Amino acid sequence: MKIFKIILIVFFSLGFYQLKSDEKTAAIEIKILKNIRCLICQGQSVHDSESEFAFSIKQIVKKKISEGLKEKQIYDFLKDKYGEWIVYDPGFNKNTYILWLLPLLLFFLAGAIMIKKLIFKK
Amino acid sequence: MKNKFILFALIGFLSFCFVIFYKGLDNIKIYKPKINNKKDIPVFRAKDFNSNIYIDSEKIFEKGNFYLVNIWSSWCVPCRDEHPFLMKLKEHQSVRLIGLNYRDKLNNAKNFINEFGNPYTKILIDSDGTLSVEFGAYGVPETFIINKDKKIIKKFIGPINEKIVEEIKLIIK
Amino acid sequence: MLANQIGYYSLLLGLLSSFLLCIVSVKDFNSSNNKINQNILSLSFLQLMLVVVSFLSLIISFVNSDFSNETVFNNSHTTKPLFYKISGTWGNHEGSLLLWLMVLTLFIFLFLIKSREQPKKYRILTLLFQQIIIIGFFLFVLMTSNPFNYLFPVPNEGLGLNPILQDPALAIHPPILYLGYVGTSVIFSSALAAVVLNYISKDWGQHIKKWVLVSWIFLTVGIMLGSIWAYYELGWGGFWFWDPVENISLMPWLSLTALLHCITVLEKRNMFTSWVVILSISTFTLSMCGTFLVRSGILNSIHTFANDPARGVFILIFLFVLISLSLIIFFIFQKKNYKDLQLFWLSRETSVLINNWFMMYFLSVVLIGTVYPIFLDVISSEKISVGPPFYQKLITPFLIVFLLLMSFVPRLKWIKSKIDNKNSLIIIFIISVMLSLLIIKNLKVDLLFNTILVSAAFFLFFTTLKELFDKKLNIAQTLSHFGFSLLVLSILFNSILSSETITNIKIGERYNYSNGEIFLKRIEKKKESNFESIIAYFEIKDRNSKTIELKPEIRIYNQPKTITSEADIKTSILNDKFLVMSHVKGNEYFNIRYQVKPFMIWIWTSVLLISFGGLMSLFKKKNEK
Repeated sequence: MKIFKIILIVFFSLGFYQLKSDEKTAAIEIKILKNIRCLICQGQSVHDSESEFAFSIKQIVKKKISEGLKEKQIYDFLKDKYGEWIVYDPGFNKNTYILWLLPLLLFFLAGAIMIKKLIFKK
Repeated sequence: MKNKFILFALIGFLSFCFVIFYKGLDNIKIYKPKINNKKDIPVFRAKDFNSNIYIDSEKIFEKGNFYLVNIWSSWCVPCRDEHPFLMKLKEHQSVRLIGLNYRDKLNNAKNFINEFGNPYTKILIDSDGTLSVEFGAYGVPETFIINKDKKIIKKFIGPINEKIVEEIKLIIK
Repeated sequence: MLANQIGYYSLLLGLLSSFLLCIVSVKDFNSSNNKINQNILSLSFLQLMLVVVSFLSLIISFVNSDFSNETVFNNSHTTKPLFYKISGTWGNHEGSLLLWLMVLTLFIFLFLIKSREQPKKYRILTLLFQQIIIIGFFLFVLMTSNPFNYLFPVPNEGLGLNPILQDPALAIHPPILYLGYVGTSVIFSSALAAVVLNYISKDWGQHIKKWVLVSWIFLTVGIMLGSIWAYYELGWGGFWFWDPVENISLMPWLSLTALLHCITVLEKRNMFTSWVVILSISTFTLSMCGTFLVRSGILNSIHTFANDPARGVFILIFLFVLISLSLIIFFIFQKKNYKDLQLFWLSRETSVLINNWFMMYFLSVVLIGTVYPIFLDVISSEKISVGPPFYQKLITPFLIVFLLLMSFVPRLKWIKSKIDNKNSLIIIFIISVMLSLLIIKNLKVDLLFNTILVSAAFFLFFTTLKELFDKKLNIAQTLSHFGFSLLVLSILFNSILSSETITNIKIGERYNYSNGEIFLKRIEKKKESNFESIIAYFEIKDRNSKTIELKPEIRIYNQPKTITSEADIKTSILNDKFLVMSHVKGNEYFNIRYQVKPFMIWIWTSVLLISFGGLMSLFKKKNEK
């Protein structure tokens, strides 16, 4: 009887552990799907779209997650099939250095100009 | 003078933007992304339509042959429009048609084939659409040309027509 | 039909009246008479009436379903309800341009009437600059976007209006938004006129402030209406997607808000004259750029109007000419303001300067994010997407600092100030941080980042709230700032606390989700004039056994043949319950998406508060300043 109880406890705790990691998986899945563009819609993510294409992508993402692929690997897989523009987050690579850095550059440049005009012209 | 310099710099920058946007407008006319580089066909296992057994992609595609992978469904209306052209292409010895039955009910698909004819040497079942994604497809109907080195060299989104058939014929010579 | 002829010839006459106006104005400009030639006002009124007549003719054609008119054919259908036949007039490219023209001519006429105490030369020059814009639009309409093209043989039926556009919020969203956009044209014209005549001064600032406020209020409400429409109609439960067209409305708003703040400095202290002119130019330019990006098809978005590159070329050239012209005028005529260099670092002037600094940063983020893909595509043929993650990552850190600064810098005094009530500020700050920690700890979210963000928002919230009760200073501004803090808080908690459940469900099935049960009771079919609908009756029970009924629909429209999902939303003070469904192909299953979205009503309310602050400022009596 004791052994049976122990087995039950172990079984349920494993189930609980599965639940927690299921929650995490579900969260990652939603995060990925929201970051993928539905290519046949006009400006919707795969997560929000009801189209056939979105359905297929949802299945593929589920499959890849269950195969153990990480988030970046899934994006790389999709980018390989469809091009960079399927992912909404533009990433930080040689194509996007200017994209990310230009606003920051402008901000600090403007700050420098302002400080120069205020402090040094006295 | 400093001001004049800034003015000219700004107008120069504006002209640069003008040229970019002007070119951008031109690009709209060729909007669909084209496959410029030859991609390898994906490695997969899929169920055969008739025998219901799983086959490997290695066994389906052999080097030295041209293949046409056509994604179709019984519920897809443009697929009916392009079907006669597929039947015509079946006559060509130099190309083999592989059908991908996309998100379909087996019975409906079988009825479709029985009614309109079977242009494919082999049909694979893609019940959840994941196989099409492996090929990089957008939806149905879509057709891919595979060359003799097992690479995808061209993609046609939407139903094929007379013009596309001519284009295919030129490529598979 | 007759309406089409009248509409078309009114436009031609309107263009003619522009040329006439220019000639008469130039003559009057050079005349020694102190009072403006009354003919100018009459001509301006005539021009307005001609455009109104043209617009009314188009409405009549739509109402009569006159398919000999190409625009009506493309965008309407006999079975459309009357309200949408009328609103369909401006729901398409050609009609919306006519709306632009109508507001352009209306506003310049109103400007002439309301500026009687202003110097004659200034009024005339403003009119002239505005006429350049008006002529440009007349030419654009007549040459590339004629709403009165004739179709022969006359079709029996039209192509219909996209069903997602058949919505009340969308019917009034363009007019209100355009009142905002086009209002900035008057600011543009008058700023250029003032620069040329060396009239950028306190008096001009006081005079133009009303126009800035009016445009700003309409633009704010217009953007809100667009978000409301997206939320209620598009079915994904979101209200802002950093979609290019949304960004395009945001950019002039950011510039206009910065301008509004600079105008207060101008009217009080006669400083920041260059900022005011540059911002006046940039705000209108951004509105026009927006027009270009949306209507040329160069951007891919859910909102894209008409994909006609030829139209894009016209606007591009027009824009290039306008911007170059205004830049040249600025550089030739703008006088350096030496007062600007006498800034003390802790003063209200500096706080406006800092505000400009941050606003321009936010503007650059949105602008670069929106147009960079175009540049990259042309230069290197690489196609990338710039979506919400980009904007959120670049804006949020700066927003935190911005919120903190907003909490005390607006209360600094002019010229030279110190921070008074340091103690109460510190206390409020500590309360905000503690409150945020308490809330965030109880939720399973990223602790540090969210706490900082929420604390900053709470800090602004409490400081402005306290200020509202003090009643000492500027209530209008405090109200708007309070509204802004409420907006940030609502959006933050909405995004942190929103939950959703997605599943397939059959009729009669009960589904258990994390907080209760969803039950699909029954399905009803209904037939309306231009669509058939399948209505599903759901009962949703939550943890406390409270039950609500939601009835989402699937609509099948006849012309054009489209299927849409209509969400059903139950709004309450605390949250919105949002249910949308779609039919799973080949099954009797329905795929449903149930979301609980907290504080949605507060998001809309806070934007209304922001606008209301602006309204209060508009009607403030002169002696209260």
